[in-house]
Formats: sequence, C-alpha cells, structure tokens
Amino acid sequence: MAARLWSWVDSRMPSLKQEWRKHAAEYYAPKNFNFWYFFGSLALLVLVIQIVSGIFLTMNYKPDANLAFGSIDYIMRDVPGGWIIRYIHSTGASAFFIVVYLHMFRAMLYGSHREPRELVWIFGMLIYLTLMGEAFFGYLLPWGQMSYWGAQVIVNLFGTVPFIGPDLALWIRGDYVVSDATLNRFFALHVIAFPLVLLGLVVVHLLALHDVGSNNPDGVDIKKYQDASGHPLDGIPFHPYYTVKDLMGAVAFLGIFCFVMFFIPEVGGYFLEYNNFIPADPLKTPQHIAPVWYFTPYYSVLRAVPPLFHSQFPGVLAMGAAVLILFFLPWLDRSPVRSIRYRGAYYKSALAVFVVAFLILGYLGTESTTVWGQFGFDAFFLDTKDRATWLARLCTVVYFLFFILMPWYTGRDEVKPVPERVTH
Amino acid sequence: MNDQKKIDRTRRNLLVATSVVGGAASVCAAAPFVASMWPSERAKAAGAPVDVDLSRVGPGELAVIEWRGKPVWVLHRTREMLDSLKAAEPKLTDPLSKASEQPPYATNEYRSLKPEIMVMEGVCTHLGCSPQLKTAEARAEMGADWPGGFYCPCHGSKFDYAGRVFRGAPAPTNLRVPPYAFVAEAGLVIGEDKATKGA
Amino acid sequence: MRKLVIVLLLAPLCGWAAEAGYRLDSSPHDPHDLISLQAGARTYVNYCLGCHGLESMRYGKLTDLDLTEAQIRDYFMFTADKVGEPIRTVMPRRESKSWFGVAPPDLSLAARSRSADWLYTYLRSFYRDAKTATGWNNAVFENVAMPHALWTLQGERAYDRESRKWTEIAKGIQSPAEYDATVRDLVNFLVYVGEPAATTRKVIGIVVLYVLAIVFVFTYLLKREYWKDVK
Repeated sequence: MAARLWSWVDSRMPSLKQEWRKHAAEYYAPKNFNFWYFFGSLALLVLVIQIVSGIFLTMNYKPDANLAFGSIDYIMRDVPGGWIIRYIHSTGASAFFIVVYLHMFRAMLYGSHREPRELVWIFGMLIYLTLMGEAFFGYLLPWGQMSYWGAQVIVNLFGTVPFIGPDLALWIRGDYVVSDATLNRFFALHVIAFPLVLLGLVVVHLLALHDVGSNNPDGVDIKKYQDASGHPLDGIPFHPYYTVKDLMGAVAFLGIFCFVMFFIPEVGGYFLEYNNFIPADPLKTPQHIAPVWYFTPYYSVLRAVPPLFHSQFPGVLAMGAAVLILFFLPWLDRSPVRSIRYRGAYYKSALAVFVVAFLILGYLGTESTTVWGQFGFDAFFLDTKDRATWLARLCTVVYFLFFILMPWYTGRDEVKPVPERVTH
Repeated sequence: MNDQKKIDRTRRNLLVATSVVGGAASVCAAAPFVASMWPSERAKAAGAPVDVDLSRVGPGELAVIEWRGKPVWVLHRTREMLDSLKAAEPKLTDPLSKASEQPPYATNEYRSLKPEIMVMEGVCTHLGCSPQLKTAEARAEMGADWPGGFYCPCHGSKFDYAGRVFRGAPAPTNLRVPPYAFVAEAGLVIGEDKATKGA
Repeated sequence: MRKLVIVLLLAPLCGWAAEAGYRLDSSPHDPHDLISLQAGARTYVNYCLGCHGLESMRYGKLTDLDLTEAQIRDYFMFTADKVGEPIRTVMPRRESKSWFGVAPPDLSLAARSRSADWLYTYLRSFYRDAKTATGWNNAVFENVAMPHALWTLQGERAYDRESRKWTEIAKGIQSPAEYDATVRDLVNFLVYVGEPAATTRKVIGIVVLYVLAIVFVFTYLLKREYWKDVK
C-alpha cells in the first residue's frame, strides 16, 4: 500500500528520490569523521529547535513596549508549558553560538575552509553574521533593562560612522531613542526576515559543500582513490552511517541541553542575564551594560581601542574587522597541507594562543573595564590605567596578528608528510 | 547468507526499538507545545463565573451580563410572561428543548431553576447576533398574536420568554442556557452550578 | 596553560557579591518547605503588599503552597474580588513617586534580578539614620527610599559605615533568630513568586534526563550495529 503511494509520488516528482540519493543515500562522506564533525548537524538541529520554540513564543508574545515584558512573564506563568518553551528558546540561543563556534573551530583545525571549499566557508561566515544579527534583534524583544540598554549602545555604535552616522542610527531605531518603533521592527526582523535569510544560507551552504564533498580530519582528498563504481574508497554513504551517528550525537547533545535548561537555565547570568528581569527604564542606565556572552569577544575589541580624533569609530571599525577578517581565512592560510595533524609547531602554537586570546577577550567583555583594578604607576602613554583594558589590547593585537601573520608562518611552518588514504 | 539475514534482523529490531523509544520521547517533547495552546490562566480567569445581584432586576426587567465574552440575559419574568409560555407552545420548533443546549435543571416547562428568573445566552442560535426584547406591547410591529419574547433583527428569528425558538425562523434551536446557580439571598452566579463548581 | 584557562574561566564568579562592598549572607531558604512559603506569603500580604505589587502572580496560584481557595480568599485576598485576579498593590503609582522619590517597584521578579542572598541580607540590614527622609537607611542599598517595613519585628539598630559595626537601639517583637526566620520565609516566598515553576522544572528535568539516557542507549546500539560495516 505504502509502496504504491510512493511510486505514484515518485513517478510525478522524481527529484525527491534523486535529491535524497544525491544528498544522503549516495553522498559519500569520509569515513573518519570524529567528534568535531557533529557540530554541523547539531547547528541544524538547534536552528529547528529555535524556529519551533520561536513560533510558539510568538503565539503569546506582544511586541509593544508597554506589553512586551509582561507578555514574557505571562508566558512563564499563565501559559500551560510556557516556561518550558521560553527556556528552550533562551538556552537554544546560547547553544546555537556554542555549536557554531565549535563548528568554525573544526574548520580551522582541519582546513575545511581551504580550496575547493572557500565558498562553503564564505556562506558559513554569512550565516554567522546573520546569526549575530538575529540574536541581536531577538535580545531586544524581552524589553528588559539589558535588552534596552544593550540595543541603545549597539545602535549608537552605528551613530559613530562619519557623516552618515546619526542619520543611520535614527533610521535603524525609527525614533530618537530605542523605543516601541524599534521594538516592533526588530520583532519583524527577528521573527521572519532573518530566519528566512538564515534558512536560505543554510541551504546554499550545504549545496556548496555537497558539490565539492566533505573534508576530513586528515585533510586528505578521498575522491583521489575510487572503487570500480566510482565511489571513494575512504567514503561511506551519509545515509545510513552518518544519519545514525548524528542521531546519537543529537541525543547526547539534547542531554546536555536539557540538563542546562531544566537545572541551570540562567547559567549564572550568562544565558539569562539578571538585569533583564527588570523592565526597561529609559531613565535609568544600569551600572554595568554588557552584551550577551557570545558577542563579548568583539565587544572587548571595541572597548580596547581608545577614541581617536574624538570618535569611537576606530573602535567600531576594529570590532567589525575582527569579525570580517575571518572571511579571508582561506586565502591567509598558505600551508601546503590542510589538517593540523600534519602542520608544525608554528600553526599549533598560533592557534592555541589565538584561542586563549579569544577566550580572554570574551571574559573581559562580560565585565566592566575596572574588574582588575588599576596599575600603580603612571606613564605618558597610559590613557587609562585599567589593567583589564591593557590586557584586552594585548589580546586584540594577538587576535589580529594570528590572521595578519598567517601567510608568513603558515608558509614557513614545518610540514609532515600527508598520507594518501585517511588514517583515523 | 544466514549471517546477513541475522544482521538484517538485528538491524530491523534495533531500528524498530529506537523508533519506538525515540517516537515516545518525541511525543512527550511535543506535549508542552500542544499544551501551550490551551486557554491560559489569564483566559480562564477572564472566563470565570460572574456574580449577579438579583435585587437590581425588577419584575419585567432584563439585565445583560457579560460572561466569557457573550451577553447573558437575566430576565425577571412576570406572571403574564410566564402565562404566555403555554400560549406560545404550539408555535415552537422545539418546545421540549430536546435538540437545544441547556443544563438538566433547565429542561422543565420554564427552562429555569426558578420560574420567575430566566437565565439564557442572548446569542441567536442561527448565526450569533443578539436578539432584542419585544414584549407583548410590541404587537403593532410583531403581529396581533405575538405572545411576547425576543426578535433577532439579523434574519428574523423569534424566541419566547423561555428562549424557545418559533417555527418559521432560520434559527434551528432554542437559546442556550449556561450553567448557573442561586447564591445566598438575592444572588446568582453565572458560569458555575452545583455540578461544575470548582471546575 | 590549562590551569590558567580554568582559573580564567572561573574568575567571573567572584564578581557577583561585590555590589556595594557589603558581604551578602547566604539565604537559608528551602523551596520545598511549604510551611515556610505560607508564612512568607502571610508576611508579604501583611507588611509588603501595601506598597509592592506582585502583578504577575494570581491569587489562585497560591494553591501551589497547599492553600485552599477558601483560605486564599479569607487570609490573603485583600486587593481583589476574584481568586483569578493578579496580586495588585493599592499604592497609587504617581503619588508614591512623589512621596518616596521612586514608585515602589513590583516584586514579581525581584528574586531573579537581585538574587535571594541579596534580598535576605537587605531585609536584615536596615538601620536608623536621621539624615534620610524616612529616617531609615540600609547597609546593602545605600540611601534606599524604602523605610524598614518590618521594623516592629526586628527592632531598631544603628550602623557605622566605616567600622561596619552594628549597635542595637531598641528591641523588636521578635528575637534576632525569629526575625531571621521570618525574613528567610519571606525570601522563600519571593523566590517562589519569581519562578513558580522552579520545583516542577527540576522534577521534570530528572525525568527528561532519564528518558534521554534510555534513548541514547538505543541510538548508540544502532550506531554501533551499522558501523560494524565500516573498517
């Protein structure tokens, strides 16, 4: 019965079976995917989780400055099961960034951004940018103190652009300060515009990947050695092997996700900030405004750059450059090998130092610049004596040098012989 | 060949088992989403029973009370109004309220707990307009043999003082009677009766 | 290197209690103690509801604390007619702003934005100060506009900011231990109001984790079975 129904559909839409074969049943992926290769499918899972939980939140959320904060409390208390849906969405937002950062890191480990996958990397970077926008718009919606003032600060950054800045900020806000007008448009962008863009980008990201085939931990090209039927010797069909493995990975991930969601949904104020339980008050700035943790590395870079010519714009440029420089990774990396397994000490130590600098920048961004006190001494170049700012400056330099010097140190790095076939 | 069959069988069993367990877990995961669409506490509070002070409804008077967004009529029927119910009977579509909606205590001849107080939803059972009170005085517009009752201006349905629909009207059934109960001295609560109390 | 990273990752935890430099006491409330929650609700309605609303809470929700609707109606519902209504205060917002300088905030989420420890310490740190408008000040929240609503229970004390010493001026109805218990119960109630679903959440969480563990076993066995093909 089911078979007859299927053949009816198949005869009228053969692309269903064809696409299934092309992207799953006959998509040959390297057989040596390891732990780092779970994060792509997990990112897709989190996207679905956010969309579904988002839809149900939108059924009860009110995008009006007077009603928004109360509507979230309404969801938490009066809507049956509403608190679960809220926590899913808040945990999912942070989980999305954790998964995406680890997914990007995998690329840096194994050279997945290298030729011929530069376009996959570029689409991925566009997804990253869209995701940051999506998170930024979404964070205003609860209309708490942190939502309001965080948005105020970031929109003001756009105001520092020379000549067009103030008008640009006014245009983004739709008002002279962040207000109901801003909230409503951010709602539209968060709920429909950016999700659609995100979905489109994910589709082309996967299409571009499947067209060239996946990389692997050895950085070896599996298409080089094929069997009689033209399938890579070191390849296995994505379905059933990776569907089954990713299913297992998804369940493990959901275990961690649910642990956080049910037992520590606030994660010490990092996933749900304490100040955001206070309704937005345009007349009262909180003592300490910080973006959500996933933006803090870039926020640190912004704060580290001192005002030049009375403008904070150089800091804004530096922050933008810190994100955008990632686009150039495929061309900055001049190593003849892809995977870190066959690179020398230069790249390994550079990557390690980069990670530490990124984490320190991230931590510093969550705190005020006075968190580590002041230097005891004075000097002419010390525009500020805050120790944290100088550490942030050091880490910013390290961050940029990782990229800027990359053509040099990857070119000169020791290279180990790359195997012909995959190892493990 | 046998080995392959064993492998296939193991795989099928594992697939079935995993699907069953996973499917059950997924149904549980869907539960909060489905649940969230039921009326919230706010909707339930807004739909809570309403108290009515009957001392404000004199004989012959009609009070309109809002309950769950609908107009509920509390009509203090006079002796004449009650007598007219018998006269109206032959002209009714559903005189015994067999096809209509009302609680068990409103299936008697007066369609109410007490004869002099009639509680019913002022919503025409045709397409939902709210009918108007037309007493026996309105014979000029309603016709010489109008016993008194209600007239729905949208499509012309007519109801008597017990909310029962007259034949020839597009409305199929009598006006709905909500659950209600008498409380203390001159009190009435709409939306709650002895059976549903606390629900 | 790894130790440094761990230390750096844990460092943020130090920042929390440092607010006004006053060390916060750890709140000893027990979210499962229903008697404590009921006592806290009673204290709230008697001493706090006059100024501070709990507008996100409905009276009827207090049945969570093992109270019946009749008890809620008789002992708690001072500001509403129906049990489904929110717990509003009667303090008029505009006037209270001119009286106190700031309208007394709604406390529905106070436990989530301030933390239980902060509330517990704050409510026990009021002292007499002739220089303020209300005659009261607070060691945790300097120059707070709120007077000591519970002063009849705790009594009056003086505090010296430099030496951080407390001195007793007059006794209250309750002993220090009794007062601490009263505050503990009140904080317990406020924590509950901040997130009524908290205890349910943890119970469901345990069930969910068990279910996921079982599902994981099956998906792992499935994976292992298929991957026997792959050498």
